[in-house]
Amino acid sequence: MSRVPQEVPNVPPDKLVVEGVSKWFRTRRASVHALDNISLTVREGEFVCLVGPSGCGKSTLLNIIAGLETPDQGLVLADGRPVTGPGPERMVMFQESALFPWLNVLDNVLFGLKLKPDLTRRERREIATYYLHLVGLEKFLDANIHELSGGMKQRVALARALAPNPRVLLMDEPFAALDALTREQLYRDIQEIWQQRRKTIVFVTHNVREAACLGDRVVLFSPRPGRIQEQFSIDLPRPRDINSVDLARHATAIMSALKRHLTPEWMEPTE
Amino acid sequence: MKRTMLVILFFAALLITWELLVRAQVWSPVLVPSPLSVGQYLYDALREGTLLHATLVTLRRLLIGYFLGLALGLPLGLLTARSRFVEDTLGVIALGLQTLPSVCWVPLALLWFGQTEIAMLFVVIMGTLWSVLIATDNGVRTVPPIYARAARTMGSRGLHTWFKVIVPASLPFLVSGMKQGWAFAWRSLMAAEIYVTILTGFGLGQLLHYGRELHAMDQVVGVMLIIIGIGLLADKILFSPWERFLYRRWGTAKQ
Repeated sequence: MSRVPQEVPNVPPDKLVVEGVSKWFRTRRASVHALDNISLTVREGEFVCLVGPSGCGKSTLLNIIAGLETPDQGLVLADGRPVTGPGPERMVMFQESALFPWLNVLDNVLFGLKLKPDLTRRERREIATYYLHLVGLEKFLDANIHELSGGMKQRVALARALAPNPRVLLMDEPFAALDALTREQLYRDIQEIWQQRRKTIVFVTHNVREAACLGDRVVLFSPRPGRIQEQFSIDLPRPRDINSVDLARHATAIMSALKRHLTPEWMEPTE
Repeated sequence: MKRTMLVILFFAALLITWELLVRAQVWSPVLVPSPLSVGQYLYDALREGTLLHATLVTLRRLLIGYFLGLALGLPLGLLTARSRFVEDTLGVIALGLQTLPSVCWVPLALLWFGQTEIAMLFVVIMGTLWSVLIATDNGVRTVPPIYARAARTMGSRGLHTWFKVIVPASLPFLVSGMKQGWAFAWRSLMAAEIYVTILTGFGLGQLLHYGRELHAMDQVVGVMLIIIGIGLLADKILFSPWERFLYRRWGTAKQ
């Protein structure tokens, strides 16, 4: 009996694979088709932005990738394994910081680390202070959440999401509620951290310029039902400045595509 | 400094006016005791020990009953918030019984337990339990769901989420529920003590009651002052630390 040598796959699997995902939201009166047959792959270390008007299902897709919601059809694979629930290898950053007000800054960052049993107390503290240093808040370890500004809160949330060292970071319009100046600083920070730590990031936004500034690839969604219309790859060098002319050129291309895919009935006032 | 002086002045004036009015025999001394006689009563009663003893008896009933009420009310409130079935059954009972002034439990308690300490504890527990249960239930329901979602993505599950996220997140509600429970417990115990004599111990309520029977108005007013004092002190000792914590962390207004 001769044994056939098994072919060893040499290419690492895609980090995230979304296969034919559909989702409906049913209320007593109506059923909303939130996502229609979405397929998307994200490579290891890639920064992907999902962009589209509100109601296009991009946040729903993010929640499905996170494991916080289940798709009605299709499935999501993370590292080749089906996602069945949320887990610390895929951290989520929400639009509101979702920091815990009963804990101070350091304890908020420690929360996820305390759920990792193989770390010692000292290691946890070192990791937490390292990431708070990375986001520039090393002087605010003992601060209370209500004392922080909106931008500082999102920095703490970023440190909290990074601390358990997830391979994938899922960000749901994390900067939408911040002022322009704070946002620009955070664009620089997030790019720097992404380059240093080599995370895979899926970033949801309705701001086309923001998407062009951050993403290696911008995935354009249209609403009702949520569908992927076009994908743009942004090959500008990093770190990118949100105000640069080259970036504006990409943003304009995406914006005109967005308008092309919007029929008037879909039009909704956006922020 | 000036503010404290003014306050001291105000209360001194109040006491002096009161004393002068009694001396001028505006009211019958049987109905209104003079502040000096109230002071004299408090001094004597403290020295011979009746007041201290009555205070200890009352506090013992209050604290045991209150903490038993908390120990039952908090977990049951978590349960009604978590399970639809418990909400529809126990939750409804709690809502109904919370509206019942707890002194209404006294006749039943006497029939069930006789004139015993248990009867007193029962009344205090009934005063505490339902309001704590409902406050806990309310608190848990108003916790923003995003906290639990964030915790789940960090790997928190089941009981960990409950005790590390849901319970601390509802702390502002829990504390106000505990305060309300305390107020109810204190009122129901006083009502019960005035209403029935328990031979196993003379509490402040009984002292108040016998003051009236003996027409000893200085005793009645003196005991009332002690009862006010305990109420204020309990607020400081039991709840101030919690409120300071809430103020520091949540930035909620100081009360």
